[in-house]
Amino acid sequence: MVDYQKFEYDVLVIGAGGAGLRAAIEASAGGASVGMICKCLLGKAHTVMAEGGIAAALGNVDDRDNWKVHFSDTMRGGQYVNNWRMAEIHAKEAPERVRELEAWGAVFDRTKDGRILQRNFGGHKYPRLVHVGDRTGLEMLRTLQDYGIHQGIEVHMECTVIRLLKDSDGSRVCGVVVYDREKGRFQVFQSKAVILATGGIGQAYEITSNSWDCTGDGHSLAYEAGAELIDMEFIQFHPTGMVWPPSVKGILVTEGVRGEGGILLNSEGRRFMFDEIPDNYKHQTADNPEEGWRYTQGDKEARRPPELLTRDHTARCIVREIKEGRGSPHGGVYLDIAWIKEKIANSEEHIKRKLPSMYHQFKQLAGIDITKEPMEVGPTTHYIMGGIHVDADSQMSNVPGLFACGECAAGINGANRLGGNSLSDLLVLGKRAGEYAAKFAGENSLDGLDEAQIEAAAEMALEPFGRNDDPQKGAENPYSIQSDLQKLMQHNVGIVRKEGEMQHALEELERLGERAGRVHVAGNREFNPGWHTALDLTHLLTISEAIARSALDRKESRGAHFREDFPEKNTDFGQCNHITVKGPDGKMRVHSKPIQEMPEELKAVIKEMG
Amino acid sequence: MSDKASFKILRGTKQEVKFEQYETPVSEGMVVLDAVHQIQAEQAPDLACRWNCKAGKCGSCSAEINGIPRLMCMTRLADLPLHKPVSVEPIKAFPLIKDLATDVSWNFHVKKKIKPFKPRPPDTADGTWRIWQEDIDRVQEFRKCIECFLCQDVCHVLREHQKHDEFIGPRFLVHVAGLEMHPLDTEDRLEELKKAYGIGFCNITKCCTTVCPEEIAITDNAIIPLKERVVDQFYDPLAMLLRKLKK
Repeated sequence: MVDYQKFEYDVLVIGAGGAGLRAAIEASAGGASVGMICKCLLGKAHTVMAEGGIAAALGNVDDRDNWKVHFSDTMRGGQYVNNWRMAEIHAKEAPERVRELEAWGAVFDRTKDGRILQRNFGGHKYPRLVHVGDRTGLEMLRTLQDYGIHQGIEVHMECTVIRLLKDSDGSRVCGVVVYDREKGRFQVFQSKAVILATGGIGQAYEITSNSWDCTGDGHSLAYEAGAELIDMEFIQFHPTGMVWPPSVKGILVTEGVRGEGGILLNSEGRRFMFDEIPDNYKHQTADNPEEGWRYTQGDKEARRPPELLTRDHTARCIVREIKEGRGSPHGGVYLDIAWIKEKIANSEEHIKRKLPSMYHQFKQLAGIDITKEPMEVGPTTHYIMGGIHVDADSQMSNVPGLFACGECAAGINGANRLGGNSLSDLLVLGKRAGEYAAKFAGENSLDGLDEAQIEAAAEMALEPFGRNDDPQKGAENPYSIQSDLQKLMQHNVGIVRKEGEMQHALEELERLGERAGRVHVAGNREFNPGWHTALDLTHLLTISEAIARSALDRKESRGAHFREDFPEKNTDFGQCNHITVKGPDGKMRVHSKPIQEMPEELKAVIKEMG
Repeated sequence: MSDKASFKILRGTKQEVKFEQYETPVSEGMVVLDAVHQIQAEQAPDLACRWNCKAGKCGSCSAEINGIPRLMCMTRLADLPLHKPVSVEPIKAFPLIKDLATDVSWNFHVKKKIKPFKPRPPDTADGTWRIWQEDIDRVQEFRKCIECFLCQDVCHVLREHQKHDEFIGPRFLVHVAGLEMHPLDTEDRLEELKKAYGIGFCNITKCCTTVCPEEIAITDNAIIPLKERVVDQFYDPLAMLLRKLKK
């Protein structure tokens, strides 16, 4: 019999980033007893890395903004495969969620008349991003954390979920099995509802802006528990990550740089973003640099510069420049904010005040002063639009009692997410997940635990310690498998995709899976990162397969998913989502599901907004 | 830069610690955290250390590098003397868990005890406030804190004198300053600052300010103004006299 400590809650939240915290706060306000489990220390979640801002149509800077514009921008950016109901809820409720943060102590940058300031961002028609310099994520996470710790939520830090538990007849989720990092002991949490808020999957790729902990745990745990994953092929490669020096490759350079007037240049000094502007954005995009500049400085008559086109398009333009030999010395392109000295006096101070972390980051890690010289940037794996399929209003998955919100849930972003929409998404839908999970908990009782499932989970987790440890006889090191997987996905299921490479990736993933079965972990169970990496591999393998299979099936190019063999959009694919489930035989299945037709009033909104 | 560098990493648990030496290849632009990762992947798979963002924004990878408290992800090898081994040790003001990971849970308990933000009623009917940028510049400086706890690590009140029960340390004095100077906050924390938070223990040696990776002027901008408020409230003879007369 496995030894474990036991906890009981009405609602259990997995993950303590923005979504998890917002959900926990709401569930607690709804009267539920709430437990929260996080892999790291509280306040270290990847949300701290969000830089640009929270998208909410407050209309403080441009009073033409409202939920309808935000809704249309989100749908256009997502190429209309978004869940329109989610996009509607999100656009309508985001302003209230932002104001609430202020009431909880957040200190956002201000307009001249003392209201919350908003900035321009890619794909947003009006200045919409509520921000604090370029450290908005930290402000938001800290506000939620500092408010949350007084709401009666019990936080279990440095604990990792290894399995979701189902009730005896296998229908409802009734708890989780966890291992604690410090001692390596098992814990079982029994709960009436579970909310997954585990974030992204960036660690499946070699070049990523994501932390070590973004290993797709929630996606994979939900999949194993019978939940549907949706549109896993849509992965956002942020156009601007650092490319040099090698050790910082992938670290994010905020879109805020472009929002403040930064421009993209190739090695010939050409502003290449003017060379290709997609038809559906032509009427909204400046056709000369002067107009673009005026837009970034708040001229309401001006249209946005092409640097602020959506991320999918911008990333592809950068890849084109690099491929065609017009890249920078270290395989990127130039991002220049220093040039604004031609336009404003005191530009150095201005840049440092608007983009302090960027200044800091380049100065310290690359020895570059961004107020004086251009940065070198290139695409980096940033965000997964796909994820756990949930109901738009309640955020519950197809497995009763299992909810999801934040990056691990999906629907709102469609084929491409607009910058700033993730922070607002996790506030709006995180709140809803907490609210409905508390409601679900109120209507249901605690279900009995199935000891056999607990036993099986613990056994699986401990297996790597007992295996053969001789590399000559096939023992594997978890770190090398992880690194091989990252390279495989980077090169075969990356920004530009084709059938043969993805088939190859699937075959290789199977081989990596076999190797993962021979992983040996050295040392004991106490704070052992090697063991942790071995456990992460299961999740990384599952989500990588889901991404590759979904991508293979979408035989068109849409948003962040670009197929060299099918470079155009296809109307049929534009009317469906891809669902990934675990089949009864244990094998992964992908099928397409038609998108429900948008109600007339929302169609009218999109038409009205052009 | 040489091709290889040596690292002396303190390994072990509370029961026993010792320095282990590792050699690992060095490439351009590498930071200490990269070296630790390489050592982990190739030589010491169970080497415990915390890290998250690797961009100086989460404050997880605090350690003492050649004796100086720093973030491993923001310390470039090019800035260290590599002709001798680079020593990497855990922070010292808190109990060791294993290798480079320490038990920092005390910090989370302390924060919970600090009186939370309490805003004044909204200024306008739509439930919002009007705040001027110049009134929040200072508070925004405090809110840059990434909770790496390096300031706690170098504070002699905690590190040498172990006054964890009587003093909340620079991190939480910055936190309190962020609340006290918040233009919307209506709570009064001066009594606590004097007693439970132990602000009097700080004798402004500014060690905390020196190590802050966010360059927050902890002593000058947070602690000293708070000390002044406490003095005004409790030790100003004129105010004391007035209070007595009122009674």
